[in-house]
Amino acid sequence: MTPLIEKPLTKNMRPDGSVVDRKAYEQAGGYQAVRKVVQHGMTSNAVTDAVKDANLRGRGGAGFPTAKKWSFVPLGKDAPSPTYLICNADEMEPGTFKDRLLLERDPHQLIEGMIISGFAIEADVAYIFLRGEYVLAAERLLRAIAEAYDAHYLGKNILGSDYSLELHLHLSGGRYMCGEETGLLNALEGKRANPRSKPPFPPVVGLFGKPTVVNNVETLCCVPHIINHGAAWFRALGRTQDAGTKLFGASGKVKRPGLWELPMGTTIREILEEHAGGMRDGVTFRGLLPGGASTDFVTKEHLDTPMDYSAMATIGSRMGTGTMIVLDDQTCPVGMTWNLMHFFAQESCGWCTPCWSGLGWVERILKSMEEGQGKPGDLDKLTSQANMWGPGATFCALAPGAAEPLHSALKCFRDDFERHIREKRCPWR
Amino acid sequence: MATVYVDGQSYQMNADENLLHGCLSAGLNLPYFCWHPALGSVGACRQCAVTQFKDEHDTHGKLVMACMTPAAEGTRIAIQDPETVAFRAAIIEGLMLNHPHDCPVCDEGGECHLQDMTVMTGHDYRRYEFDKRTFHNQNLGPLVNHEMNRCIQCYRCVRYYRDYAGGRDLNAFALRNTVFFGRQADGVLENEFSGNLVEVCPTGVFTDKTLKRHYTRKWDQQFAPSICGQCGLGCNTDVGEHAGTVRRILNRYNHDVNGYFLCDRGRFGYEFTNSPHRIREPLLKGQMVSADKARRHLRDLLASGTAIGIGSPRASLESNFALRTLVGPNRFYSGMSDTDAKLVALMIDVLRHGPMRTPTLHEVEACDAVLVLGEDVTNVAPRLALALRQSVRQQPIEIAKTLKIPLWMDHGVRDAIQDKKGPLYIATPYATRLDEIATATFHAAPDDIARLGFAVAHALDPQAPSLGDVPLASEIARALKHAKKPLVIAGPSCYSEAIIQAAANVAMAVGAQLMVTAPECNTMGTSLMGANPLSAAFQAVKDGNADTLIILENDLYRRAPRADVDALLNATAHVIVLDHLVNSMSGKAELVLPAGTFAESDGTYISSEGRAQRFFQVFVPSSDIQASWRWLTQPSWHSLDDVLAAMATALPQLARAREAAPSATFRMAGAKVPRSSHRASGRTAVLANINVSEPKPPDDPDSPLSFSMEGASNHPPGALIPFMWSPGWNSIQATNTYQKEIGGPLRGGDPGVRMVEPSPSNGQSYFSGIPSVFEPREGEWLLVPMYYIFGSDELSCSAPGIAELATTPHVAVNAGDLMDGEEVEVRCADGMFRLPVRIRTDLPRGMAGLPAGVLPLAGCGLPAWSTIVRIT
Repeated sequence: MTPLIEKPLTKNMRPDGSVVDRKAYEQAGGYQAVRKVVQHGMTSNAVTDAVKDANLRGRGGAGFPTAKKWSFVPLGKDAPSPTYLICNADEMEPGTFKDRLLLERDPHQLIEGMIISGFAIEADVAYIFLRGEYVLAAERLLRAIAEAYDAHYLGKNILGSDYSLELHLHLSGGRYMCGEETGLLNALEGKRANPRSKPPFPPVVGLFGKPTVVNNVETLCCVPHIINHGAAWFRALGRTQDAGTKLFGASGKVKRPGLWELPMGTTIREILEEHAGGMRDGVTFRGLLPGGASTDFVTKEHLDTPMDYSAMATIGSRMGTGTMIVLDDQTCPVGMTWNLMHFFAQESCGWCTPCWSGLGWVERILKSMEEGQGKPGDLDKLTSQANMWGPGATFCALAPGAAEPLHSALKCFRDDFERHIREKRCPWR
Repeated sequence: MATVYVDGQSYQMNADENLLHGCLSAGLNLPYFCWHPALGSVGACRQCAVTQFKDEHDTHGKLVMACMTPAAEGTRIAIQDPETVAFRAAIIEGLMLNHPHDCPVCDEGGECHLQDMTVMTGHDYRRYEFDKRTFHNQNLGPLVNHEMNRCIQCYRCVRYYRDYAGGRDLNAFALRNTVFFGRQADGVLENEFSGNLVEVCPTGVFTDKTLKRHYTRKWDQQFAPSICGQCGLGCNTDVGEHAGTVRRILNRYNHDVNGYFLCDRGRFGYEFTNSPHRIREPLLKGQMVSADKARRHLRDLLASGTAIGIGSPRASLESNFALRTLVGPNRFYSGMSDTDAKLVALMIDVLRHGPMRTPTLHEVEACDAVLVLGEDVTNVAPRLALALRQSVRQQPIEIAKTLKIPLWMDHGVRDAIQDKKGPLYIATPYATRLDEIATATFHAAPDDIARLGFAVAHALDPQAPSLGDVPLASEIARALKHAKKPLVIAGPSCYSEAIIQAAANVAMAVGAQLMVTAPECNTMGTSLMGANPLSAAFQAVKDGNADTLIILENDLYRRAPRADVDALLNATAHVIVLDHLVNSMSGKAELVLPAGTFAESDGTYISSEGRAQRFFQVFVPSSDIQASWRWLTQPSWHSLDDVLAAMATALPQLARAREAAPSATFRMAGAKVPRSSHRASGRTAVLANINVSEPKPPDDPDSPLSFSMEGASNHPPGALIPFMWSPGWNSIQATNTYQKEIGGPLRGGDPGVRMVEPSPSNGQSYFSGIPSVFEPREGEWLLVPMYYIFGSDELSCSAPGIAELATTPHVAVNAGDLMDGEEVEVRCADGMFRLPVRIRTDLPRGMAGLPAGVLPLAGCGLPAWSTIVRIT
């Protein structure tokens, strides 16, 4: 295999950070997959089958099989109309910056992915729901969308085929909850970004009550490559049972914080030590959140775990977005947990009690511990609140996501928490 | 039905409902907040958590929300599982973190759903040690009080106000644990049903501001079941009193009628009973006299002269009947203007002949295509407007049914149907509040509204009389034809017989139900009783055939032009007025008798549905106020039952009114139904420093209710529920325990007797009196009545809260060369008025509006041609 094929998602990207425009994208083989789909008689089912064979799983963090999500959309003449495809580009997970790269550097890759995915679900209208702060991405996407319309990749009768797709860019008002699949739909409808009750699921009742699929940026970017190179090729990219490549990242006191496209199943150690260059001199590794704020802390005994959906589950964590936040010995784990809980408490939509109430309380307790006001019994309160965020207890996944770092911090760094209470101060301050 | 196992016991539950609904219906205590029987499930509060087991072998189970889980056959759950018991208690702890625990100074205290649920979960110790968040409390106007710090974020207020009642100015703002439920800025809540927030809110965020002004705890109020007297719909209420003043109105659930909700006029209009303008003692020539002296004087006048009586559509059947008996049927006159009487008689006639019947308010909610002819529903029959807001959801809900979304899954259904509305066509002289949800509207003169109706009928059935092409008619006909349950609404509001006839034609042509409005609480009852026309009373006095005139609870200045009424009163030697409030009539009467309102008397009204319903005396006034029928009593009458029996004999068509409620002899387990809660405190304590002996409670010969806290402790039948209460359920949510199934009929049936049903054999033929097209006149305006929920009703305008919101005299015109606010002179046949102009661009050309029921305009015969002259 050529190196080019090993990193399909980032292969076009320029070292100077400039955007790949349509011409450059086409020269690199771009939009061939669209041609293959709309001009060469592929059926929507055939596209879905290819993605299914490729074992593409959602890169937003949950890892739901993409083709399975698509398969719930009613197809054919009698299906409700319009059908919507939405690209979830509301990247707000703390420590996560992978979609930004794809959006800013190679927007046509995403657009091509959306056209093909739209074709698969017979979508009439597509939206890119973009994090409002991604101003550069917005500029580049707008230009790219215009270029795609000019070249007839978008709009009525794409490339002279029967398939039509309108694509709009929507800038988010800016809430973490807007990135939750159904909160996003409400936000796009102009409503509060509260999550929706399921069932009905979005492929049946989605945007404006119509069938809708919401896919992550990275997920959609994989699709053209699956069409171009085949399912078997895509599966083979992964080192473990999970297919494809993945954008992995690292932040924290590592030597080279960054983002790398690597085979699915690359071990944590490899990412941390080879790609991120290990810990900065003078600091020691204590743990990391493997894929954003809503994943469990992983400590050194698990560093050889492959980053994929199933292996990470076996060690009681999740791959999440695959962009890790590294904790070192010079940083207070209680302070870090407080920071995380502060984020989740701020971003709770205020819908279900365990979330809006419990997060606010947890955040206050952690703050008081950091300020030397911790009390015996605080850890029990924290644990009891984290237990209120279990499966079925909350309305959506926000609070269960917060439970992951909280539970695991209490487990991995219990001594540090106790020291805060015992010494009535933060030992790191 | 489905068999559901709860803690090992099997229960039969409605398979189309959720587990919370099923558990509550089965009488199981499962706490909840965000769910409401009229609003469905949204899963926000997480309070109704239970453990669900896969099968009988599953011992672990998983946590689910009962409100979000279908009551499917074979479902196994545990309410008592220790883990979920702890979870539910922890939810209360969470809800309470920011709750101020100000129960002792909170108006909700003692009837607070949050208190009840807290006790139910067993949570009693709060571990939270930090500051609580605080909010700005808004001034939401004179009716509803706002105290946001108590909020537990259950979202019921906005779901009720916005999703159910169609309000727009209340919303959820901000997020996390600081969601603010209020308006964008301080100001009067715009929705006409805002008062229901008081009952929908599970705690003390939204409370009754009128109660606040004379606050008393629920357990210290004396209650009686009542019927709202402030429009013709007959909503069921409970009235609370303390120390001789009415303190508030609560909704009394009647599945057929008002369900869970009242309008603001009905809920807050009661304060006229406490008005300083109340007539509390008999007045003879302006001097206060004893009741005995007043009675003697009345007797003497009746013995010496020739008396005639004028009844009232806002007085009970019993009071009207007592007057009729006293003066004799031939000398008893209708309390309605001749026009009103004729229109109401026509409506009853149409409904009697059928085949269309009038639906209950509850049935209106299930109608899936509606045509409104001539009625400003929100301002004339407010609660009906709330029902229509549910009707327009019926057709879109089919989408949810197709998608197999359970209908109780409120947000799922709303996500699926979005803003879609079913057919609702409104033809009125001016824009109405419901126009915002209408498929199409038609603003035109009454004759043109009638023409539209006739045209729709013809489009539906070629046998119906035809007229030329009328826009919209075929579209409306199509919508009604394709509906499963079409409905036509009409009434006397435009003073047009043709509109009622056109509505009847449409209903006949398509097999629709016909809902009529009635302007007052006993309009239908007095019409069914029958009486000589009001004009004949005027004539009798003029002709010298009467020297004594008894006027029952009726301000004739609202029925006839001022000059005519003045002449009538001047020409009558002896005028006797029975009424509640001082008015122009009482000022001119020789004898004024203090008539009991719904709060101080018993009686029966017949609603616009034709439903006879009983209201009961709430308290014994310390003054001489008593029911009009008692002032006008016969020697052989000793109680309400005697009056009803006499009425049944004299007026067989009203005989069934007796069945509106159990008679005074009714007992439960040998005891009467207590008007006060068994927690009524201070009955002896208030004067304990002087005397601890307890006076005997007053007798009540008229009803099976006692003026006491003693009596039957189990649930009385629907007509006799003084207040909703069950062990552990102190708030209005106790309503659950009075129903056979949550949201369904009351146990023992819903109260009221339908008096007007279509005759099965005697169908009627189409009306053919099609009016001609309205022609505007040069230099003249056709004056039509414009209705106001606050302002058009007589008595509620003496309630301070309502008075603050009430409209004032004005003339509404469509631009022309007149300016908003400028003074003009309006001249019509019945008088000349100086009025400020209000520009209403929705009025059709050539028409102007006068606010209905607003003095001094109320006696004007409308519609009437007028000139409007600028005052220079």
